[in-house]
Amino acid sequence: MALTNKKFTGPGPDQLYKDHLKNNNFSLPKCLDCSEFHFFPRVLCPHCGGFNLIWEKLSGLGEVYSTTTIRRKAERGGDYNVSLITLAEGPRLMSRVEGVEVQAVKIGDTVQVLINNDSDEPFVLFTPVSEV
Amino acid sequence: MAHELRGSSAIVGVGLAGCGEAIGRSPLDILSEATHNALEDAGLKLSDIDGLFTGSSYHFMPTLSTAEYLGIKPKYSDGSMVGGSSFVAHTLNAAMAIKNGLCEVALICYGSNQRTAGGKLATMSEQQTYEIPYKPRYPISSYALAAARHMHQYGTTREQMADVAVAARQWAQLNPEAFARDDLSRSDVLNSRMISDPISLLDCCLVTDGGGAVIMVSSERAKDFPNKPVYLLGTGAAHWHRQITQMPDLTVTAAADSGKRAFEMAGLTKNDVDVVELYDAFTINTILFLEDLGFCAKGEGGAFVANGNIAPGGSLPVNTNGGGLSCVHPGMYGIFILIEAIRQLRGGCGDRQINGAEVALVHGNGGVLSSQVTTLLGTEGVL
Repeated sequence: MALTNKKFTGPGPDQLYKDHLKNNNFSLPKCLDCSEFHFFPRVLCPHCGGFNLIWEKLSGLGEVYSTTTIRRKAERGGDYNVSLITLAEGPRLMSRVEGVEVQAVKIGDTVQVLINNDSDEPFVLFTPVSEV
Repeated sequence: MAHELRGSSAIVGVGLAGCGEAIGRSPLDILSEATHNALEDAGLKLSDIDGLFTGSSYHFMPTLSTAEYLGIKPKYSDGSMVGGSSFVAHTLNAAMAIKNGLCEVALICYGSNQRTAGGKLATMSEQQTYEIPYKPRYPISSYALAAARHMHQYGTTREQMADVAVAARQWAQLNPEAFARDDLSRSDVLNSRMISDPISLLDCCLVTDGGGAVIMVSSERAKDFPNKPVYLLGTGAAHWHRQITQMPDLTVTAAADSGKRAFEMAGLTKNDVDVVELYDAFTINTILFLEDLGFCAKGEGGAFVANGNIAPGGSLPVNTNGGGLSCVHPGMYGIFILIEAIRQLRGGCGDRQINGAEVALVHGNGGVLSSQVTTLLGTEGVL
């Protein structure tokens, strides 16, 4: 039995997540054993414990699972939104919903991902999608 | 067949110090003063302690720093860190160490000068990588997200959450040692400054100084001490997440698991519980834990805590010292829920005493609803 597994080479999940975002792809690891995505990205699948993962681009769609307005003085930037978004593919992440009044973000709102690539530390935001 | 740990150890000493404001004192100063008070309560000397259990937001290696300050060399030491629930978890570890002869006199202790040292929550926690860009307030925003979801799913209202604060204040008014004792109405809470919706200032626990210490020995030795022993009947601990995004369901905490296993070990049910002391860092906590521990159905916690049901004169006494909301809260609160439960079972709580209390449920929380630890304590009559 090898004490170290040669399979684990190359950049780790945090770096790969950022690299995908820099290429304008909102992607996450998907488990080849149980087919589930997970967030935050790891080297293993936290659902089934499998280590056979593949990165796959997501639809970018999600639903607001919970939301809060953080109160902040106007001179420091004013109130802002922090939300938990459940992605259409299942995983949940923390983000901010933009493009709508801070107090108007509601649980159940359908949202779409927006990648912020302005810095070396890309991250995702979400904007509301009006349902057809 | 009873679990072998049930009733195998007992608390024989408790001490408090620096609760409120302890100007000019360090966390370990306060911890040591609480330890002194517990030793005096138990009729023991510092040199009798051979087991040490503690947690801290100020010290990287809390057992080492605490033992160094006290000048003791414990045979058994545990500094497991699960936030404010650590001290409740330590009761089980202490019971196991004592049962296995690894120590004979266990000290569980805590101290903090959070209020007089500047009032900000002291934490050694790393920031969560995938939360940083969004600047949530730690820990309040995580609890706010849980409260918002509970309100959405079950119709829980801010009024019901406010009633948790009102009940806590009513208990504090019966406790001369409590920090906040002014009258508090539901509308006072509803009108207090919003911090992270739906949690307002008066939905949040206090920021005070304070320290506590608890001394445990085997039940064989417990009767040799000046005070009525309080026995450890059962403990369960559970954790399913660290950060709020990873909480499987924001309306269900791991108290559903910790409580179940504590009751199993103790051979008791919620109907046996005379008094509940739980970690009310925020008003939503009381609602969630009473549901998950089985005192009411999931989703009915709002109605259960409303209109004085958990206040003096209500159907279930909860947080009889006034809780973290009104009595004391120096960063981590777990040692204080233990101490209040012990004092209730000993019978020395004056105006807030629950007459004839024989079984107390202590429930600690750590992180952002992350760690849940339940301990059941009882008098000799329950053994």
